[in-house]
Amino acid sequence: MNAFFAQHRNAVKNALRRLFASPLNTLLSLMVIGIALALPSAGWVVLDNLRDVTGSASGVQQISLFMTAEASKKDVGEIESRLREAKVGDWTFVAKDDALKHLQASEGMAEIIASLPKNPLPDAFIVEPSDTRPESLETLAKTISGWPKVAHVQLDSAWVKRFDVFLRIGKLSVALLAGLFAAALVAVTFNTIRLQILAQSAEIEVAKLIGATNAFIRRPFQYFGALQGALGGLFAALLVAVGGQLLAAPVGELVALYGGEFVLHGLSAFNVAVLAASGALLGWLGAQLSVSIHLHRIG
Amino acid sequence: MISASAVTKRYPEGLEALRDVSFEIAAGEMVFITGHSGAGKSTLFRLLAAIERPTSGSIVVNGQNLAALRKGAVPYLRRNFGLIFQDQKLLFDRSVLDNVLLPLAIVGLPAKEAQRRARAALDKVGLLDREKAQPIALSGGEQQRLAIARAVVNRPAILLADEPAANLDSESAADILNIFLAFHQVGVTLLIATHDPLWLARLAPRQLQLERGRLIVGAA
Repeated sequence: MNAFFAQHRNAVKNALRRLFASPLNTLLSLMVIGIALALPSAGWVVLDNLRDVTGSASGVQQISLFMTAEASKKDVGEIESRLREAKVGDWTFVAKDDALKHLQASEGMAEIIASLPKNPLPDAFIVEPSDTRPESLETLAKTISGWPKVAHVQLDSAWVKRFDVFLRIGKLSVALLAGLFAAALVAVTFNTIRLQILAQSAEIEVAKLIGATNAFIRRPFQYFGALQGALGGLFAALLVAVGGQLLAAPVGELVALYGGEFVLHGLSAFNVAVLAASGALLGWLGAQLSVSIHLHRIG
Repeated sequence: MISASAVTKRYPEGLEALRDVSFEIAAGEMVFITGHSGAGKSTLFRLLAAIERPTSGSIVVNGQNLAALRKGAVPYLRRNFGLIFQDQKLLFDRSVLDNVLLPLAIVGLPAKEAQRRARAALDKVGLLDREKAQPIALSGGEQQRLAIARAVVNRPAILLADEPAANLDSESAADILNIFLAFHQVGVTLLIATHDPLWLARLAPRQLQLERGRLIVGAA
């Protein structure tokens, strides 16, 4: 057991020695790996933030029901009864006078509203259905539109559905990008290790001749690949964090212009750990491939 | 301890380096493998060290048939040998001490114990005061002594040496022989491939004499 730990300790020391032996090469490799991992990570962060935007946006999975202009209080009561009977979920009644007041409060609208001869807005209901499946929402909207004195029914989740499709496409694109860059990371590590193997071919040959197993020869390279990948992952997290910090203020301003409130969030500690672990795994894989091919070649 | 039976080694290009070679070596023996250049000494060395496998026949070392040995078991077998190569195979980018530490790192000896053992091995061959030097700074005889220190640091029961005195002056060759004799006296089995007439004249040891791949003296 002591021998096992001593061998691993030596392999880690050896890997660290190689990392620090040529700082410039190491730095350049880390930059390549960091950028390769940062691009899909940044894409993921953007999509994650967009998902939050849609999740918090008003109008998500709501049905707006607008009465006709001549609808009376009795008609409004009738609709309330039908909504109650249909057990559609929660709803809010927005009287046309309240809607007008709300509109008047909006910037620049007061004068326009004041110039109108009468209130042009209808009474309305905002329905938040308990069953939010897209097909159920559409059926409910169709049913409501057939009720008396209902002028228009607007299913507000339609744009969210479109946005969901967009997000799915985005996620797929990020996954493809991640796959491509993962392959690039493996290739970078493969090549780095190949050069190291060439530089240490004499040592490998001697070690094999005097009783080193293939595992013993592979180990320092595997640790090197994993360490380089993990550090590359951390570098990628740093790039994403810096990018997020730079974008946070302008994005906040943009959202504020639309009357919203939104805080751009970056990678969590868990995300950073996953990124470093992914880098380590891919680096290890590149090293493993490189050494295995060399060992197979020299028999 | 070592038994070769009808060993033949033929290379793909048709060269027959060894033909029908049989011999036995007991534990603690010192045996010289002799013959002219191209007689098959180095081939026999490589077969005994499991670097190559015989085309036919068997070589049994400590009860293990090298011809039938699994590939994964070869490194563990080699740890029982101390191998001294004709070209020494030293690592010139490492210090003298680091060269000797390599076999100990392979078996996973803790650093402190490894350092102690490596220094003891260097002391045996008279290189302790050169432990920090680079091998390139050593003379030919010192490099050969370093190769011996690396070979014996794991305390092997069998030492295999391929032309250990090649390219050495007579004084250095005599030093190397004395080191081998010291190991022989403590019971190490020695197989030395050489065509150095001075060594043979001085010791009159048991010889396995090869000629064009055939064993002409010393067969079992």
